[in-house]
Amino acid sequence: MSASNAAHSVVEPSTGTRRFAGLLVILYAIITMVPLIWIVLTSFKSPDDAISYPPKVLFKPSLEGYCNVFTTRSRQTQEFIQTLGPPQGLCDNIARSRNMVVAGPSNYVPRFINSLIIAFGSTVLAVALGTLSAYGFSRFRVPLKDDLLFFILSTRMMPPIAVAIPIYLMYRTVGLSDTRLGMILLYTSVNVSLAVWLLKGFIDEIPREYEEAAMIDGYTRFQAFVKVVLPQATTGIAATAIFCLIFAWNEYAFAVLLTSGNAQTAPPFIPIIIGEGGQDWPAVAAGTTIFLVPIVVFTVLLRKHLLRGITFGAVRK
Amino acid sequence: MAQIRVEALNKSFGEFHAVKGASFTVDDGQFLCLLGPSGCGKTTTLRMIAGLELPTSGTIRLDGEDVTMNRASARDIAFVFQLFALYPHMNVRRNIGFPLKCEGIGAVECDRRVVEAARILRISHLLDRSVSTLTGGDRQRVALGRAIVRKPKCFLMDEPLGALDTEMREAMIQELRALHDRLGATTVYVTHDQLEAMAMADLIAVMNNGVVEQIASPRDIYDRPVSLFVADFIGSPAMNFLPFRGSLQAGAQAIRLGDRDVAIPTAREALVESDLVLGVRPEHVRFSDSGMVRGEIYGSEYLGTTQIVTVTTPYGALKARSPASMPFRIGMNVGLDFRPDTLSLFDQGSGRAIRTALHEGGKHG
Repeated sequence: MSASNAAHSVVEPSTGTRRFAGLLVILYAIITMVPLIWIVLTSFKSPDDAISYPPKVLFKPSLEGYCNVFTTRSRQTQEFIQTLGPPQGLCDNIARSRNMVVAGPSNYVPRFINSLIIAFGSTVLAVALGTLSAYGFSRFRVPLKDDLLFFILSTRMMPPIAVAIPIYLMYRTVGLSDTRLGMILLYTSVNVSLAVWLLKGFIDEIPREYEEAAMIDGYTRFQAFVKVVLPQATTGIAATAIFCLIFAWNEYAFAVLLTSGNAQTAPPFIPIIIGEGGQDWPAVAAGTTIFLVPIVVFTVLLRKHLLRGITFGAVRK
Repeated sequence: MAQIRVEALNKSFGEFHAVKGASFTVDDGQFLCLLGPSGCGKTTTLRMIAGLELPTSGTIRLDGEDVTMNRASARDIAFVFQLFALYPHMNVRRNIGFPLKCEGIGAVECDRRVVEAARILRISHLLDRSVSTLTGGDRQRVALGRAIVRKPKCFLMDEPLGALDTEMREAMIQELRALHDRLGATTVYVTHDQLEAMAMADLIAVMNNGVVEQIASPRDIYDRPVSLFVADFIGSPAMNFLPFRGSLQAGAQAIRLGDRDVAIPTAREALVESDLVLGVRPEHVRFSDSGMVRGEIYGSEYLGTTQIVTVTTPYGALKARSPASMPFRIGMNVGLDFRPDTLSLFDQGSGRAIRTALHEGGKHG
């Protein structure tokens, strides 16, 4: 047997296989990244560049999209614009070059804040409830445990929008329509089943001995849960939180149906921009780009946990 | 330190009766091993003493106080788990100090006691390491440190050496026993490994199917088993069993095995004709040309100082321990004799040992 043969391992992939796999991953990454990159590029185009055909890859960057998503503008005559003083800031300058003046801030910021409150609020609530009930299911002899767990899972078998009409009527009756609390409760109820199932898997992996040791050492069960179980479940909690947040952050259908002025989130607001002054694609792209930022930041912050969490605790330390 | 008294303890999980009427007393400073095969109820018994399970019936007393229904934290005991249960998110110092923190002991006093515990266990140099970087033996020392730092009434250990490799286990057996002797702590130790139990325990309680079969010193358990199960479970290789049919008079000094008389310790009870079993430890089998049982050598296992010779006889395969230097040929015809004063007799039906002079040498639990 030659030296190179001796070094060959049956388990380790060969260099060729590894390169091929790397190529596939890069290819897949490019395919999935193209729409995102296109959105970000579009957000920096002028409206003319955005709709030019063939599409422009190289263009003169402009902040018009970002100005338009944050402001409302009104069209005025040249004469009227000349009666005004010098333009106030960059956005006013861009608007005046198009025979418009900035009339005031748009609703994008309040909608964005609604999105933040509702998505993070429902995520915190779903993960907190999910952790507690997952712990209960994992550690105690709950009567009808399997049936209850199946019932919890079954709430996800039907698309949530199938119950949109009853929820709409119910929310109108109890006064939860177009409130942040209503949206938080709604997204929590959708996410909590996911959280229970995901977290139960993680908590099952934590040996009971840890809590038992803590309880013998003088902690109550709840203290042992907080001080011993939670720190070890952080991976699972982080992974679950990201899944819950992504759902609540991106949810569109219920947001359109149940919110309008007060509690509207960003997803139903962004398409409205299209109608305000012609098809303003750069503004839509700018709104979308900003909308992506929190979820990217959150995922990057938790990615250390996520990588291990995605495998659902399949590999023990 | 304290006396542990367990009375008529029962535990059922639904249909499954895990512990059936276990009763025993561990005196102050004694080291008791609960020994038995998997699923015999030894761990459940230990967990009930700890307060991690509540018994279905029966009482548990610590120093005379009835703690049967007390919370685990209210019993002032320390528990060492097989998987060590060290908190991975804390370093060694914080792991050992954790029980003190639970009790709300101040940082200075806490640190003093952690350092002292670490010194006793010779892990002072590891105090600021993360537990995930430790070897199995060191992890077990940290787990012991967490137990001794609090100076509890008693120590409960659930197969604490089960996760260690053989070499480390042997070293830890000695350390554990030395630690016990120094602290004089009442200890209940669960294991399925008879060597651990024999090497460490003052008293061994052999459990089977939820029942405590025998409680006695390691020597009594080995020499004077009270049941077929105990005789079979203890000893490696296991005791040889020669089934035969016969009757017994009180005062008889021999039994009829085939067409030969075999001398036994003087019988103290009479039995009508029934199925009996003669028990012989391999080291009490001697090769002799005029032997009572004849057989053919089937094979031998060389163990260094001794060898285990397997002989096929009309009573089944018998194992004999003999000096390693003795030459044997497979297929050789040999005669076997037994050392009369060491033989055990059992009733095949009930598995109970028949009382003979053998049992008068030792005390009974």
